[in-house]
Amino acid sequence: MKIVIIGNGMVSYKFCEKIISRIPAGTAEIVVFGEEPRPAYDRVHLSEFFAGKTADDLLMAPADWYAANNITLHLGDPVQQIDRSNKTVHSYKGITEAYDYLIIATGSSAFVPPIPGVDKKGVFIYRTIEDLELMRDYAPRARRGVVIGGGLLGLEAAKAMLDLGIADTHVIEFAPRLMPRQIDESGSRILEQQLNQLGLVIHTNKNTSEVLGGDTITGLQFADETHLDADMLVISAGIKPRDELAKLSGLETGHRGGIVVNEYMQTTDPEIYAIGECALYSGMIYGLVAPGYEMAEVVATHIYNSLAAAPVPEKTFTGFDMSTKLKLIGVDVASFGDPFAPADTCRSIVFEDTMKGVYKRISITNDGKHLLGGILIGDADAYNMLLQTAKNKVILPPNPEDVLLGARGGSQETGAGVLGLPEDAIICSCESISKGDICSAVEAGNETLDAIKKCTKAATCCGGCTPMVKDLITGTMKAQGKYIRNVICEHFAYSRQELYDLIRIKNIRAFDDALDHYGAGDGCEVCKPVVASIMASLWNDMILDKGNDTVQDSNDRFLANIQKGGTYSVVPRIPGGEITPAKLLVIAQVALKYNLYTKITGGQRIDLFGAHLDDLPNIWEELIDAGFESGHAYGKALRTVKSCVGSTWCRFGLHDSVTFAIQIEERYRGLRAPHKLKSAVSGCIRECAEAQSKDFGIIATEKGWNLYVCGNGGSKPQHAILLASDLDSETCIRYIDRFLMFYIKTADPLTRTATWLNKLDGGITYLRNVVVNDSLGIAAELEAEMQGLVDRYKCEWREVVESPELRKRFSHFVNAPGTKDPTVKFDNLREQKKAAEWK
Amino acid sequence: MSVAISTSTTIAWFYACNVNDVPNNGGVCVKYDEVQIALFRFARRDAWYATQNLCPHRQQMALSRGMTGTHDGEPKVACPFHKKTFSLEDGRCLSDDTECSLTTYPVKVEGDRVYIGIMQEA
Ligand code: SRM
Ligand SMILES: Cc1cc2nc3c(=O)[nH]c(=O)nc-3n(C[C@H](O)[C@H](O)[C@H](O)COP(=O)(O)OP(=O)(O)OC[C@H]3O[C@@H](n4cnc5c(N)ncnc54)[C@H](O)[C@@H]3O)c2cc1C
Ligand code: SF4
Ligand code: FES
Repeated sequence: MKIVIIGNGMVSYKFCEKIISRIPAGTAEIVVFGEEPRPAYDRVHLSEFFAGKTADDLLMAPADWYAANNITLHLGDPVQQIDRSNKTVHSYKGITEAYDYLIIATGSSAFVPPIPGVDKKGVFIYRTIEDLELMRDYAPRARRGVVIGGGLLGLEAAKAMLDLGIADTHVIEFAPRLMPRQIDESGSRILEQQLNQLGLVIHTNKNTSEVLGGDTITGLQFADETHLDADMLVISAGIKPRDELAKLSGLETGHRGGIVVNEYMQTTDPEIYAIGECALYSGMIYGLVAPGYEMAEVVATHIYNSLAAAPVPEKTFTGFDMSTKLKLIGVDVASFGDPFAPADTCRSIVFEDTMKGVYKRISITNDGKHLLGGILIGDADAYNMLLQTAKNKVILPPNPEDVLLGARGGSQETGAGVLGLPEDAIICSCESISKGDICSAVEAGNETLDAIKKCTKAATCCGGCTPMVKDLITGTMKAQGKYIRNVICEHFAYSRQELYDLIRIKNIRAFDDALDHYGAGDGCEVCKPVVASIMASLWNDMILDKGNDTVQDSNDRFLANIQKGGTYSVVPRIPGGEITPAKLLVIAQVALKYNLYTKITGGQRIDLFGAHLDDLPNIWEELIDAGFESGHAYGKALRTVKSCVGSTWCRFGLHDSVTFAIQIEERYRGLRAPHKLKSAVSGCIRECAEAQSKDFGIIATEKGWNLYVCGNGGSKPQHAILLASDLDSETCIRYIDRFLMFYIKTADPLTRTATWLNKLDGGITYLRNVVVNDSLGIAAELEAEMQGLVDRYKCEWREVVESPELRKRFSHFVNAPGTKDPTVKFDNLREQKKAAEWK
Repeated sequence: MSVAISTSTTIAWFYACNVNDVPNNGGVCVKYDEVQIALFRFARRDAWYATQNLCPHRQQMALSRGMTGTHDGEPKVACPFHKKTFSLEDGRCLSDDTECSLTTYPVKVEGDRVYIGIMQEA
């Protein structure tokens, strides 16, 4: 028996994978014709080509996979004719191949509207690797880029133009709003705002009438008499199913394109199937990959059953959910279920925050029981969960808005999460893997994400379901009564919290002792810094003593941040950002003497960059003599306590924020923690010190201080949450002592306070109970431990400067002390220097 | 410690430093004319290793400042820049990209003197 497949795209590949896993080797001969020069690749992640992925990285499988599975693959050789009466196909290169079953998987091409001038140089489409190569080669010449089409693909193409370095990029949409098929008017407005911030200019309601220019594009003319200069254009106005071959051979096609198929994906000739983006089922083209995979499954089953003695239950295609999530663009956009359910059949709940650029709308049934669909913009973290809730008709919680807004800083009460889904809920839609499949795989002993990927294929395609799969793994294991331990690495079979307690109880002060008592082997770059940090948090000993220097992270080992090129930065502490002119002078003198680049940091202090390892002790000696001390910019330790000017000068100031910030910075300086700690004090609610973005932040009120905790800047900013209000200074510090010690004792390695709180059972309510109401009865102990650390504080740079033995370790060559690394190179920049560019 | 060497090549040993110049379970950089060599001491198992000091990832002279450790018993070093790890036995990269690897050098210790071996072309 012979199966011939026309097209070698994503769906064709998936069909090959499915059919060979089903029929015994040798039963069928499989021949694939592909028009493109390379085997099927991941078109969904095509844009990652601009983020550094190579064509090879994107391959679904290399050419030898086909050979290894006895599939004959003809690449760069499109089929030109189907001879239905003789059941043969003829290719461009002259191959004639007979078939018993023929699968058409020719996908679609970009639809190019018949606008005069679209054939000019500088006009591109966005579909294949070759298209992207052409764009990449042309982009350096272009100053302004334009994309026609504000849909899913158009926005992706626009982002690609930005990534190619065309800062001035515009998007033209014919409809009155962006992504007209997925989102509504208000959603589009918010999306537009967010895209503006990325640097995209959006024009809606624009009908392009002509591409201007001679040989090469110079601009666009619109029907409303306006025009726009441009030197590069990408057309992304929709897709056109590749049905020309089918049409030619007399198979029925739709009048707007697509090969007509029935629920078995058979065309009007039952021995010829069509799958993927070229197939027209019930009047609809499915322009996404998941439905294509489903079609591949239906055909594989149908062909298998026609051969097998023992048929499996038949499968049919009955349409597919078109939920989508836009990726890569830097703004979350998702729509799921039926986002446009008519108003009389449902109620909708809308949440809009124009400041943050978040818009969410869900439609629920009139009885409030089921979720029908929705739109998420600006924050689509809940997409997978909501999609499954809608698809599986999960009963909504009594306050349906909870599914939209999540746990709002309070206790977690958002339904039962992924564990509450029915067994047959599809978790991985790309591969159609149900919750039941995953849970039974876990029960069979596949207890890691990698193991689940291998044995079920879940989470191997778009990866969107990864968080849910992880939750199912832990959930199933917990249900089996297994204790999930977050062990540190192969050398220590303990969680950080367990190790913290053990090290404390056994009074362990050297890494080697920890390894002897609780570990195995030699340690590694994961466990060494963890143990070093625990010991520093517990004992506050000099971190380079007791053989602990080599277990510190490289920055901690040399008490400075390593820079490009291998030099270091020097950051003296400037508490509260307050500094005398005399001390400023010293910084200037040191910088001049050692040829250092100086910059004011985002943390209200001064960084001196480009110091040779050998110079570090000398530099610090001079700084310490002038009264400076280490700023711990290199450690997972307290960084800065920023401060606004406060009541001493500011007409709005309620209290003296600078004095309080200095007091706090000096109290917690040198404190080592699972991750770095930042703080700020603002003198009034105008909040000039940005205290609500800090691990702990303080804002003056009429009556005292408000204490906020667990804020974070960085890539996933999170506002701090109010822990207690109107505190006097002493109580405020007591609460901070408790809060910090509790965090230090219980957080996982490299977890900032914000992430720690997000994972803490009971959330802020629980934390407030521990810190403010002393619900665990440990407050006095926490305060005493913190006081111990405060009392033992010493400036570690002073200790190095004063110890000849320690100073010796700051040399580049062990056998040529004093000789600087000759490979270090600098370039000039605005009267200072910068590190030479690396390769 | 002893190193297995094929007999057809000759090795020139040069004196690098004393045992106590190298921190326990850490590395130092040794200057050999214009060449920089990273020398590592695994005190717990009394083993010594030497590799090029240059990290092939971004061409940084930094491996001697990296953190040592083992993976399934195989000694390795992690570069301080982007934490790529390399086997100290054969220099191969243990992180994602397997193309870049390190040159390794034999090490011998006599008394408290540490020597690094350089292959001589015959
Ligand atoms: C120097 C400075 C930039 C500047 O010139 O302004 C800086 C420089 C670095 N930051 Fe930062 N950050 C600096 C302020 C900030 C701020 C703003 C602030 O503190 O007010 C933030 C956002 C606030 C926050 O942390 O919540 C910030 C968020 C980060 C993050 C992301 C943390 C997160 O939780 O997501 C990292 C990465 C990390 O720590 O893992 C980081 C890491 C780094 C490192 C250490 C990267 C590295 O490992 O080499 C940079 C060191 C450069 C160097 O070679 O010395 N830096 N960094 C600022 C030093 C402030 C200071 O005086 O100590
Ligand atoms: C930039 C981009 C981003 C996308 N993002 C997403 C996304 O986020 N989510 C999602 O679900 N989908 C996305 N898609 C759509 C997804 O890629 C398609 O749904 C999927 O590739 C369809 O697979 P297919 O096999 O049907 O078609 P294709 O992958 O197009 O493969 C068809 C192949 O057949 C070849 N062919 C055509 N005619 C012949 C012939 N006569 N002889 C031989 N070969 C022929 C074509 O050259 C092509 O290689 C995206 C598409 C693009 C372009
Ligand atoms: S934002 Fe990035 S590049 Fe800038 S200093 Fe921080 S870590 Fe370095
Ligand atoms: S330079 Fe060594 S890992 Fe990047």
